[in-house]
Amino acid sequence: MSVEATIDRSLLSTEYRTLTYVTGPLIYVENVHGVAYNEMVAVLMPDGSERSGQVLEVSGSTAVIQVFEGTQGVDIDRTRVRFLEEVAMIDVAPELLGRIMNGTGKPIDGGAPIIPEKRLDINGAPINPYRRAQPADFIETGISAIDGLNTLVRGQKLPIFSGSGLPANELAAQIIRQARVKSGEEFAIVFGAMGITHREAAYFMNQFESTGALERVVFFLNLADDPTVERLLTPKCALTVAEYLAFEKDLQVLVILSDMTNYCEALREVSTAREEVPGRRGYPGYMYTDLSTIYERAGRIKGQKGSVTQLPILTMPDDDITHPIPDLTGYITEGQIVLSRQLHRRGLFPPIDVLPCLSRLMNLGIGDEKTRDDHRAVANQLYAAYAQGRDLRRLVAIVGEEALSDSDRRFLHFADGFEAQFIGQGDKGRTIEETLTVGWELMSELPMNELKRVRDFIDKYHPTAVANKAAELGDL
Amino acid sequence: MIVGTLSKITGPVVVADGMTGTKMYDVVRVGEAGLMGEVIRLEGELATIQVYEDTSGLLIGEPVESTEGPLKLELGPGLLASIYDGIQRPLPVIADDTNSDFIARGTVASALDRTKQWDFTPVATVGQQVLGGDVLGTTPEGGTVLHRIMVPPDISGTVAEIVPAGLYTIDDVIARLEDGTEIKMSQWWPVRYGRPYKRKLDPTTPFMTGMRILDTFFPVALGGNAIIPGGFGTGKTVTQQSLAKWADVDIIIYVGCGERGNEMTEVLAEFPELDDPRTGYKLMDRTVLVANTSNMPVAAREASIYTGVTLAEYYRDMGYNVAMMADSTSRWGEALREVSGRLEEMPGEEGYPAYLATRLASFYERSGRVEALGDGDRVGSVTMVGAVSPAGGDMSEPMTQNSLRVTGAFWALDTALAHRRHFPAISWTKSYTLYLGQVQDWFEAEVADDWRAVRERAMFILQKETELQEIVQLVGPDALPETEKIILEVARMIREDFLQQFAFDAIDAYCPPQKGYWILKTVLAFNDAATQAMSRGVSLRQVMQLPLRDEISTLKTTPHEEALERMPALVHEINEQIAGIEVL
Repeated sequence: MSVEATIDRSLLSTEYRTLTYVTGPLIYVENVHGVAYNEMVAVLMPDGSERSGQVLEVSGSTAVIQVFEGTQGVDIDRTRVRFLEEVAMIDVAPELLGRIMNGTGKPIDGGAPIIPEKRLDINGAPINPYRRAQPADFIETGISAIDGLNTLVRGQKLPIFSGSGLPANELAAQIIRQARVKSGEEFAIVFGAMGITHREAAYFMNQFESTGALERVVFFLNLADDPTVERLLTPKCALTVAEYLAFEKDLQVLVILSDMTNYCEALREVSTAREEVPGRRGYPGYMYTDLSTIYERAGRIKGQKGSVTQLPILTMPDDDITHPIPDLTGYITEGQIVLSRQLHRRGLFPPIDVLPCLSRLMNLGIGDEKTRDDHRAVANQLYAAYAQGRDLRRLVAIVGEEALSDSDRRFLHFADGFEAQFIGQGDKGRTIEETLTVGWELMSELPMNELKRVRDFIDKYHPTAVANKAAELGDL
Repeated sequence: MIVGTLSKITGPVVVADGMTGTKMYDVVRVGEAGLMGEVIRLEGELATIQVYEDTSGLLIGEPVESTEGPLKLELGPGLLASIYDGIQRPLPVIADDTNSDFIARGTVASALDRTKQWDFTPVATVGQQVLGGDVLGTTPEGGTVLHRIMVPPDISGTVAEIVPAGLYTIDDVIARLEDGTEIKMSQWWPVRYGRPYKRKLDPTTPFMTGMRILDTFFPVALGGNAIIPGGFGTGKTVTQQSLAKWADVDIIIYVGCGERGNEMTEVLAEFPELDDPRTGYKLMDRTVLVANTSNMPVAAREASIYTGVTLAEYYRDMGYNVAMMADSTSRWGEALREVSGRLEEMPGEEGYPAYLATRLASFYERSGRVEALGDGDRVGSVTMVGAVSPAGGDMSEPMTQNSLRVTGAFWALDTALAHRRHFPAISWTKSYTLYLGQVQDWFEAEVADDWRAVRERAMFILQKETELQEIVQLVGPDALPETEKIILEVARMIREDFLQQFAFDAIDAYCPPQKGYWILKTVLAFNDAATQAMSRGVSLRQVMQLPLRDEISTLKTTPHEEALERMPALVHEINEQIAGIEVL
């Protein structure tokens, strides 16, 4: 837009009273001029209050506007609309750390107003793939199932697939509490809450307060009773702040987004109101693209110190991993951590079902100097042995344990021990060395000749082999 | 010049008024920012345009200018080792020009380096009659590739002038025809049209990938096409990247279509470091990357597939074997669906447009082994490998099913295999290839006479295992007779010692066909000897205790030469040792 046009437009800033149609969260305004796609608008209600909205479509002189706070109370006659001549923006400043904002980025903690250092478009821009730096730094979360088997690295996006009633929040809180990079830097946390309950929000708040983490948290809060459409902006605001802190203030930023399922529901709600052609299960066909503009805003950039690591949480409806929300998420993110209802019922925490879990960037963050030389081999061996044990469980249910060979029985017991000790570590953190040690102890119960994948490391780490060697040395 | 005005904006699709005279698929510049777009529907004076960039902030009434030509690529020396977005804008240049880590809108950048000087050697002579496709001269590109400068397909005439050998840029005129036509080192070609060729040839040479399961069980011919469908986490991308690294072809076009940014970074970080095992130059020197990550504009994602295949055809026309990897074609299908939805077209299955099958067919048919236009009887090929990301891992969805109808090989990735970390997680029961008959002769000539027989026997054992597993699930392994237990053991050896291949192991990442054949042969020898011994009354336990088994399992990580030398002797030892077991 040229400078003249800007001046013209601000002089002519008009309020329109030409609403013709209201449906769901959408209003249609006629006879508008010079309206931009995605432009923000103020909706002036008959009672004098003001709501915000965004242009979804302009066609000739008609604009379709989505109202973030909902259309309750909007009338055709007296409601007025003012176009704000800018796309959705957020004020950013380093002082945002420690503050609580609503879902659209306005402070709601009663603190001092934020003096913006910059005003940024919340839609951001895609990182040029050529300028991305490859994630390579191990993040120690203190959780064995993650550190040992599905390692998180700086700049990764690793979602937690949860189910209703499963302790995803507790797991996220534990990760926030324990996450460390090798250099010892602490993470700045950007928390985007979408449609979570007061109870959940209070839980996180208490966690942050009790661990003293609050002053390095930026909290975006869209609660379950807040306007649905507003939460479409929440992750974008959160990520804009995260990118600012990471790439302009050199901080290591960990972004928690909870709960992405609520975000997708909001997306569907707007799409349905616009009478768009629905895709799978009524979600819009562009949901993949939309989600990718959120998840892809993680990473590292060449020559920059900071990084954005994402840990989105989503609830799988009816624990169904093939539901469009977890499905599309899994296609974009670099792996997933899946929680299991079965393990949860057995009282294990964290109830991570490691078989469907994956960290695509694991190999970049582990190995000699990063974690330990045997890390990859141990992870492979634990996976293979656990999968075998799980298969045997199914068999035992039919033929009984007596029918198993001795070796098979040891695999079966290994699977039990693995779940109880390696996965079900409780809320205590473990260093990566401790995690690997637990892994070796469990493996030592298996026949030595079955440990094919760790063959090269048996002399160095296998408890029995090490003990034997020590004994030999002692004899000498 | 056709200039219209914007009259409707909805996401990546906009409508412009006053566009009389513009043609379908013409490229237009939208708004003051000059965003690139493409006309996808005409209706009276209205043109519907898909915009390759984010349309936020566009105003009704802004000008829309038609370039009066379709989306074209600039083809010439300097393509190799480049990294483009979906519409051939070089990402490094964009980063340097805008000095930004992010991709700004409305950026224009030349696809090829205009200042670089190429060492041109003329081949044509003055007075020579040339037709489209004839070679005018050559220049070395990226180490080992000899870039042939060809007469553009739609031009012919008599050479009036040709420059002597020397250094020229792509903007220098290197030849002039008698009718005054100037020919430079680069030429333009519209992406949505396949480049012409003399005739298609039968694909008979296998496309060697270095992956045992593919080369032995489900080979594809050079000029063929294959799809790799699989749910998330099954290893589509790792497989595609392995193919790009190890495939025995001259040129690789790698299209990252709507996939992860960090994965493209991985390719960008690794390929310039890795040596091409065949030439000693870097892998990047034979690769062109087209990177349109998932958060980059959706319309450019739709175009990226065509950009990739046009680049592939250009090198094919020079007489090279080109492989194109598209990761993932589902994202391309989704881009089609998204644009179709914005056009309010009547949806077909799962919201995909009804023309999905047609588009897929015309895309995959651009693969093939051809005799190129022009002199010299050049034969080149484009082999395509498309990843498919079926929603929910359910292969009955339209993208997978429509792709299956037009492609020649199906490499199905299996979630259950991936969960137990069996990689590559390619299912041997679901996958198939239609090229076996065509490439069989090559294998029997180059690898071994009984190649097909060995493959068939191994497949049979695996198939038998699947059946036996069902029984085992019901009654337990002890209920099986010894002769069937040995099948389970041998099948396990085939799975672990042959099918599993570790893409990150220095030796195992690439397996030559001879080695793959011999590993199978060794396992089968073990099977035969064991079966025979058991008929004498030897127990399974006795056979399985032999240390030979461990040696078989280390074959894949043994250096190729050493393993190949050892295996014939190993087969002999297996026979002797098992025959020597005494009946207890």
